[in-house]
Amino acid sequence: MGIQERLIEDVGLRRGVSRLTPEKIEKTIGAVLKGETGARLATYAETCMRCGLCAEACHFALSHPGDPSFTPAGKVHQTMSVLLDRKGRVDPDFIYGMAQLAYTECNLCRRCVHFCPIGIDTAYIISVVRRICHKLGVTPQYIQDTAHSHSAVFNQMWVKDDEWTDSLMWQEDEAREEFPGLRIPLDKEGADIYYSVIAPEPKFRTQLIYQAAAILHMSGKDWTMPAHSGWDNSDMCMFTGDFEMMGRLKRRHFESAQKLKVKRIVMGECGHALRSVYDVGNRWLGYSYPPVPVIHAVEFYWELIQEGRIKLVKKFPGPVTIQDPCNIVRGKGLQQKLREVTRFLVEGDIVEMHPNMEHNFCCAAGGGVINCGPPFKNQRVAGNTVKAEQLKATGVKTVITPCHNCHGGLHDIIHHHKLGMELKFLSDIIYECMEKPEA
Amino acid sequence: MHPPTLWNWEPGQRVILPSVKCPETCAWIEEPHASPDGERLAMLASLADGGFTALVNGEPWENSFDKAWYPRFSPDGRLTAVVQADGMWTLAVDGEAWEESFDYLWGTQFSAEGDVIAACIQSGGEYGLCLDGTTWETLYENANQPTLSADGQSSAAVVQVGSLKPADLDDFAAGVFGVAVNGQSWGVSFMNVWTPTFDPAGKRVAAQVRTSLYDYSIVVDGNKWAANYGCVWEPRFNPATGSVVAPVRMAGAWGLAQDDQIIWEPKFAQCWHQVISQDGKNIAAIVAPQFGAFTVAVNGKPWAISQPVVTDLVVARQGETVAALGNTFNKDWRVMVDGRFWDGTWDMAWTPVISATGGHVAVKVEKAGRQTLVVDGRVYPREFTKVFEPAFSPDGTKLLIRALDKDAFLRIVAEVGRA
Repeated sequence: MGIQERLIEDVGLRRGVSRLTPEKIEKTIGAVLKGETGARLATYAETCMRCGLCAEACHFALSHPGDPSFTPAGKVHQTMSVLLDRKGRVDPDFIYGMAQLAYTECNLCRRCVHFCPIGIDTAYIISVVRRICHKLGVTPQYIQDTAHSHSAVFNQMWVKDDEWTDSLMWQEDEAREEFPGLRIPLDKEGADIYYSVIAPEPKFRTQLIYQAAAILHMSGKDWTMPAHSGWDNSDMCMFTGDFEMMGRLKRRHFESAQKLKVKRIVMGECGHALRSVYDVGNRWLGYSYPPVPVIHAVEFYWELIQEGRIKLVKKFPGPVTIQDPCNIVRGKGLQQKLREVTRFLVEGDIVEMHPNMEHNFCCAAGGGVINCGPPFKNQRVAGNTVKAEQLKATGVKTVITPCHNCHGGLHDIIHHHKLGMELKFLSDIIYECMEKPEA
Repeated sequence: MHPPTLWNWEPGQRVILPSVKCPETCAWIEEPHASPDGERLAMLASLADGGFTALVNGEPWENSFDKAWYPRFSPDGRLTAVVQADGMWTLAVDGEAWEESFDYLWGTQFSAEGDVIAACIQSGGEYGLCLDGTTWETLYENANQPTLSADGQSSAAVVQVGSLKPADLDDFAAGVFGVAVNGQSWGVSFMNVWTPTFDPAGKRVAAQVRTSLYDYSIVVDGNKWAANYGCVWEPRFNPATGSVVAPVRMAGAWGLAQDDQIIWEPKFAQCWHQVISQDGKNIAAIVAPQFGAFTVAVNGKPWAISQPVVTDLVVARQGETVAALGNTFNKDWRVMVDGRFWDGTWDMAWTPVISATGGHVAVKVEKAGRQTLVVDGRVYPREFTKVFEPAFSPDGTKLLIRALDKDAFLRIVAEVGRA
């Protein structure tokens, strides 16, 4: 089996390849390989020994036993290796399959890096493949639409300027019934904390804004949220390969915080957004680190607990298990803080999945894969039976994970495999268990 | 009109409001804002019996509203706030609401002298701008990134001129975004348009555009530059010549282009926030000569000093003084003037203010939660709870300091040589 035997029809991919010519393909691939890659790609390409150890690392490969085309080395073999061997002389049908594989069968989760004896970063290679696909105009419809939204309104869900602040005021009104005097301070210059979210929160998960406001209010922190664009810290352009737009989004995000002269950015429970502000987007702009320090919600909750600013009236009944989001664990090493926060909140056992922490399996939604939309949903869920087995083996009914994509991915897996588990953000539990004025 | 020439520049301190405390009639007060002349302090107040108003030197507006936010003084000293009554939003100016109200209103802007006030509005799902209570005749499916000319006579925004179906890649690629000036669309549209900006006379508009996923350029009054670039940042008009200057990215490096001709060779890891002196002879920009090291370049030549992050670039009218702020990822802020660091580091610093005469620079700074000013490199010998942006007298000899000291709002005029 290979990618060409499991093609899925997608409007964006079909539209893209219909406009390709052999000349354009060769020229574009050559331009990216020559102009945007260097020793790193060449080293990876020349040192892979085909040892197969990466096969043990990839949830797609483990979920399709016996099919080497799902292994990290197999994915590179079907994409970048062909481009290099043929010097970019490939046809549109090849590009279709290459794009499908790169966007929907690799989560860029970087688990395989840990298993490679020579440290090949397959996620980097697949990112270069995605960059080529972007340059060729061959991207899945739904994630490309998300990228368009980013470019038009600086958030991923076409939220207009008024809808943003109106959502915040709505949540403030709601929360004030429960927390008298609560404010969601907008554009407060000089605040200690700039709280940023991803666009699904004002669009359809407004309870997360409510909960964050409640936690920040009760903790007594000096905080603000921006009343202008730049509030969305997410970045699907990073995953389509549109790095220019990724940089534009990150610039808007950082400068919206700089304009308010805040001390730091605290971001909600999202994994890929951290990757975009802490690792990738800042560097495209020329910054070696984020120009304004960025703290993930897990770190922030941990800090509040250390300072005694979260007071509980009860603990959440366990047992629970933890899904480690790749981008905050392999990306920033927050696995222990995640557990310390969870232990603080939960009474009863924390039943670990195995493997876990920096060796966790991805939810299969990350890396923009879930954003490729309905055409690829079944493939995505089928690509993570290993996660379903992990979840089932814990025997618990509650999964805590501080990442939007993990919620989306695990929700589909839990539903498909009828696991009967519920998903929780940390803020769900903090809000449920925290001391409230009326309690 | 209450221009700085008419402000009280008599040196000395006056206590404008001895106690900034929440009155019994209010549940809370917040967001203190000082008037430009320092004669008034305004705060939003939540009334104990419901509703919101503004307190000016402790006295409430006659009117109260269901909601109020975003209090801002115009440069001519009028206090504005975005207010809601009966579910509709409008702008209150010195307590009086505009006659017209909207489903939503936000983003207050002022002309340079403050005589024109504008805001974004949404009415019946259509978007546009409202100036001094008068709304654009044509509204759009969306309008954002508003801008007002310096004289307030013209307004512009990025507008969506066509509809998009869900996940509509083709129509998006064909381009449904343009610029509307005074409500009228240019008639040309692009895949994306960003940051429209007026020339100093308010007659011309330049903006960034993307014509395909890969082609970025600058458009001036609807006419795109011939060249496409790998990326661009916001354009600025040369006040003296009318030329348009914008950062452009070529082969992975940034430089500056003027009217589509390269004037700073693309050799920087970053180049943005260009500022042009009024005489048009000096162009300064924040640049990164190498990855991770930012500084200021003047007429293409980078300063010898660098910082991990540089922000808040300002240039004197004639370009004789250039100031910016450096920091190490938001810590250890330093003031950079004409290629040299001032002594001292700060927890935070605000945009430098240069006197109209060009010879003096004042910067609001904060350390350990206390705020003060640094003037021409010397720290003002007094700290405050909060300092508002300083202002030089028109002749540059005095400095207006507006500050909260514990509970009191102070207005201090200091002689610059002694500040």
